[in-house]
Amino acid sequence: MRYTTPEIRRIYRRRQMANRFHLFMSVFGMGFGLFWLTWILWTLLSNGFEALSWSLLTHPTPSPGGEGGLANAILGSIMMSGLATLIGTPVGVLAGTYLAEYGRRGWLAPTTRFINDILLSAPSIVLGLFVYTVYVAHAHHFSGIAGALSLSLIVVPVVVRTTDDMLRLVPDSLREAAIALGAPRWKMVVMVSYRSAKSGIATGVLLAVARISGETAPLLFTALNNQFTTWNINEPMANLPVVIFQFAMSPYDDWHRLAWGGAILVTFSVLAINVLARLLFRQKSF
Amino acid sequence: MRHSEVFNLSSIAPEVRIAIRNLNFYYGRFHALKNVTMDIQTNKVTAFIGPSGCGKSTLLRTFNRLHELYPANRTTGQILLDGKNVLDHREDPTLLRARVGMVFQKPTPFPMSIYENIAFGVRLYERLTSVEMDERVEWALSKAALWPEVKDKLRQSGNGLSGGQQQRLCIARCIAIKPEVILLDEPCSALDPISTAHIEELVHDLKSDYTVVMVTHNMQQAARVSDYTAYMYLGELIEFDETDQIFTKPNQKATEDYITGKFG
Repeated sequence: MRYTTPEIRRIYRRRQMANRFHLFMSVFGMGFGLFWLTWILWTLLSNGFEALSWSLLTHPTPSPGGEGGLANAILGSIMMSGLATLIGTPVGVLAGTYLAEYGRRGWLAPTTRFINDILLSAPSIVLGLFVYTVYVAHAHHFSGIAGALSLSLIVVPVVVRTTDDMLRLVPDSLREAAIALGAPRWKMVVMVSYRSAKSGIATGVLLAVARISGETAPLLFTALNNQFTTWNINEPMANLPVVIFQFAMSPYDDWHRLAWGGAILVTFSVLAINVLARLLFRQKSF
Repeated sequence: MRHSEVFNLSSIAPEVRIAIRNLNFYYGRFHALKNVTMDIQTNKVTAFIGPSGCGKSTLLRTFNRLHELYPANRTTGQILLDGKNVLDHREDPTLLRARVGMVFQKPTPFPMSIYENIAFGVRLYERLTSVEMDERVEWALSKAALWPEVKDKLRQSGNGLSGGQQQRLCIARCIAIKPEVILLDEPCSALDPISTAHIEELVHDLKSDYTVVMVTHNMQQAARVSDYTAYMYLGELIEFDETDQIFTKPNQKATEDYITGKFG
């Protein structure tokens, strides 16, 4: 048989070797990544588990040595992330819609897309400083609204990008079909493009929420922190990332414990949001 | 050569639904249709055949001004629908599209239920009560020979149907707004033989109520379903006649070569 000449067997053996080598390298790479991830989660759980308690959710941050929880920081984080999402989502979705549906020609859309990509990768501390300069410095006080504004600057480019990408995945034949029925353009966008892309766009919004819920830097200059629970967005507002930062840097053991507890809360809410985003994306919309 | 004529209504025979006069089409600088003149007969099926890139789809897409979606596209000449030039920019393309429906090469069900797929187009033009809408949906689906297969799953997604069913759904959606002309752009090229046979039968039934114009790359299909056939090549209309004539004794050598498979 000509398939079993020594020459061919040699080539085949070399292929097998190459295959084994690449398989080994990729499994090793995966294992290496998983090792650190597991270590991080293990450290987090072993240090923070004892901090998890009911009072973590119900009591505000204590002074050193006192009893307390993280209620004010949790409330502040939820309020500011929620507000940032409410501000950033409409702006992001509308801008993304312009890029994908209306800006097919000319220089405006490609330029906007490029600038948006820069904003997407801008260090978040820069966004915090920006809001500090244009808002906090003029208002002469830190506030929850300033925190929400700086977080919304992170939400916008993420939502613009995913909306743009998801809408551009909608086949043009579907758009042409709606136009050929006599649908005006806005109706085509709302009834056909949005419906086709809705789970993708919703996923983008959720990923933006996940992204901002762990951001510390933009809040340091804007919302700062607050030892007390407040619903007033014009006052400085506590939030999990900054509380974790301050408590972890402190010399007190009970504050350290609370910082670990906060770290667990943030990590697992981000995980939950990511799982939700995945489920949402997998579920085939109509 | 006649040039830049103004056609008065009397020069168009009454059984003509669409009269194309000296139509030129440009994709940017590319001259895609060259001085096409032809008459499309009312309540007949007209097929456009020709090799890929000959301009048959381009021609079809000017009938409902779909080409205007892409601003580099430009036309000169006239397309007269019942005597009025549809390419006139003062005419509302939306109202034109209510009269001239279109079905595409790949089935394009919208991301909504079967019922809503039909109702979407109807709502663009009419306000119906829910009973009237139910009747319209059933009527359109029956006309497209799809009703028996979907009557129990009207609330399900249109994407759950087979390719052939989806294409009939698109035809039903097109019929539901009661157009006068139906444009079919290679409606069977993505379908299996059985679905193709369904669609062909349907086209045959539709011509009693509508004027049908279809692009096909399948010559047998043109021979089976059409009354008139136009053979196009490189943007020019080479020959246009009754289908029997084209397929038995074409006037042009080029047409004969294409039909007999010597070329194309």
